[in-house]
Amino acid sequence: MSETVDSMEAVTAVTEGGYKWGFSTDIDMDMAPVGLNEDIIRLISSKKNEPDWLLEWRLKSYAAWLTMEEPDWAMVHHEKIDYQALHYYAAPKKKTGPKSLDEVDPELLKTYAKLGIPLKEQAYLAGVEPAEGERPQVAVDAVFDSVSVATTFRDTLAKSGVIFCPISEAVHDHPELVRKYLGSVVPASDNYFAALNSAVFTDGSFVFIPKGVRCPMELSTYFRINARNTGQFERTLIVVEDGGYVSYLEGCTAPQRDENQLHAAVVELVAMEDATIKYSTVQNWYPGDADGKGGIYNFVTKRGACRGARSKISWTQVETGSAVTWKYPSCILQGDGAVGEFYSVAVTTNHQQADTGTKMIHIGRNTSSTIISKGISAGRSNNTYRGLVRVLAKAEGARNFTQCDSLLIGDQCGAHTVPYIESRNPTAKLEHEATTSKISDDQLFYCRSRGLSQEDAVGMIVNGFCRDVLKELPMEFAVEAQKLLAISLEGSVG
Amino acid sequence: MLEIKGLTAAIGDKQILNGVDLVVPPGEIHAIMGPNGAGKSTLSYILSGRPGYEVTGGEASFNGHDLLEMEPEERAALGVFLAFQYPVELPGVGNANFLRTALNAQRRARGEAELDAPSFLKLARAEMKRLSMPDDMLKRNVNVGFSGGEKKRNEVLQMAILKPKLAILDETDSGLDIDALRIVSEGVNAQRGPNFSALVITHYQRLLDYIVPDRVHVLSAGRIIRSGGPELAHELEAHGYAGIVADAA
Repeated sequence: MSETVDSMEAVTAVTEGGYKWGFSTDIDMDMAPVGLNEDIIRLISSKKNEPDWLLEWRLKSYAAWLTMEEPDWAMVHHEKIDYQALHYYAAPKKKTGPKSLDEVDPELLKTYAKLGIPLKEQAYLAGVEPAEGERPQVAVDAVFDSVSVATTFRDTLAKSGVIFCPISEAVHDHPELVRKYLGSVVPASDNYFAALNSAVFTDGSFVFIPKGVRCPMELSTYFRINARNTGQFERTLIVVEDGGYVSYLEGCTAPQRDENQLHAAVVELVAMEDATIKYSTVQNWYPGDADGKGGIYNFVTKRGACRGARSKISWTQVETGSAVTWKYPSCILQGDGAVGEFYSVAVTTNHQQADTGTKMIHIGRNTSSTIISKGISAGRSNNTYRGLVRVLAKAEGARNFTQCDSLLIGDQCGAHTVPYIESRNPTAKLEHEATTSKISDDQLFYCRSRGLSQEDAVGMIVNGFCRDVLKELPMEFAVEAQKLLAISLEGSVG
Repeated sequence: MLEIKGLTAAIGDKQILNGVDLVVPPGEIHAIMGPNGAGKSTLSYILSGRPGYEVTGGEASFNGHDLLEMEPEERAALGVFLAFQYPVELPGVGNANFLRTALNAQRRARGEAELDAPSFLKLARAEMKRLSMPDDMLKRNVNVGFSGGEKKRNEVLQMAILKPKLAILDETDSGLDIDALRIVSEGVNAQRGPNFSALVITHYQRLLDYIVPDRVHVLSAGRIIRSGGPELAHELEAHGYAGIVADAA
């Protein structure tokens, strides 16, 4: 047996593991009829008891969407999406808000348990007040399909003036804030998927950190797509006023499905003077089976505006799931001295396709940005980094450092790096470094000769490759992310 | 006990080993010397299970276990350790994490309890002190940016922590200055005992001044052509391989 064939087989065994967390939960759903039209949008709006201005905004977005074409420039291929064959609203039925664990649908709790949400947090999710001194430092706003089922820690947060709630509630409780900032970073007509989201979004998180407040805990949201054929259209808005700080964690897993599921979220961040927003994502949606059947289509628009001087927005993402990923968390560096960061690990295996990267738009003086992207391709997957660094004429002293590293596992996958660099200011300093490497047979043998299994060796080498990004994650997520990387590349053992 | 009988092996169409016979009893250190291309590294790779080599005949067993039927990690758990001639770099993987993971993988495979982080660090620090290695060696990435000497010392540190029953040292002396050579040798000598045996592969007699072998074997053209006591190494140093190879032919 030749060395190459041997390691190819080994690597194939390691990278074609089944999706470990595929399951679905049986809960009565309150579901809109299939299809998309103005009536459906009115139905969504009325289900949420929304004010007229929001309905009008949705309808305007819908009208814009109708005039737009689905983008085709990304390096992804998928079957044409039939937007009229989807449900645009689904909510778990509930009579009143849960007041104790007993009132929460046991199926829902089971789902949380399978997702690995700690038991204590499950109780918090259900709104059970903990004994003093027992509080974990993570607040969870759980999104179960389209409706936020429960929100925790709001009292604690409220004491420090922090608002953390489902955006559907914020529309009622803080209409002036939502109206001011919704669509101010990602306009409804920004792109095809953002327009669709603006028309039909059902829920998501709203965070507001007032002037000078450092959010006392990490905020996290677990998203989960659960209803068959339901497009998931999350809408998240985070606003941090002067000198404020927040760290927001987002994590996703999804049940196994045969049909492709569409996800088109929009996340908007606004950082005012001296404000800092750290946004971390661990994403593990169903990527399709080993033949590429099924899996989530993930078309996400994430953008942050560094409006104030010395503001900072940092995106960290670990992407292991979805059949198709189309995602470019970006920073608009408007304030002087603003800082934008993008740290990304994207893993594709089997037939997954990922086209992801970032945009750093330097507008203010002395703005700086850092991009660290680690792409790992295995199986027959394709992994593309697509990034834009744009320095406008007035951005004196702008700086960017970009590093794009690709790791190939096997010889049937692809890694692509597409950096766009545009500078209109001669004082700008822009650096771009890129590498492509393979997990070498020597590395695998070295690890195995020390006692590590083939799988552990791959996991260790991959985690090492991603270290620069993983260390940017909050502790709560770093461990989970490392496990996720190992699981994503795990073989058929067990 | 390592027992090799009539071992023949090839890489592709090229026959490298032509019938190696060798027995290393427990507690003994044997040296294998020989000219370039004799098959010394091939022998060490085959014993540790590196893919890419085809065993065409013969046997190799350790303590009664057929090595040739085992995966590399199974051999490691059995107590076989290869100190690499060219240690491999693992970017981003911390030395401490790597070593602890390896040690615990072996312990798990042997049905022993795993070592927690504090106990491991205690063990590692003690061994590092013995090898005159600075503490930051544990924090650095495995072999990344290490000098040649540091890489070899790191191999010996791994050996000291993993405590193998059979260590195969593949030209561990190459690229070492005298001080490093002494430290590395002390590391190997510290392992000596009734349950430790070693196969020391080297070109030069120099290493054997520090690690004094029980037996010396000369490997040439894939066969052991002569065996003797430590004095054989001195004879080789004085007269070169040419005479012995010619005698054997």
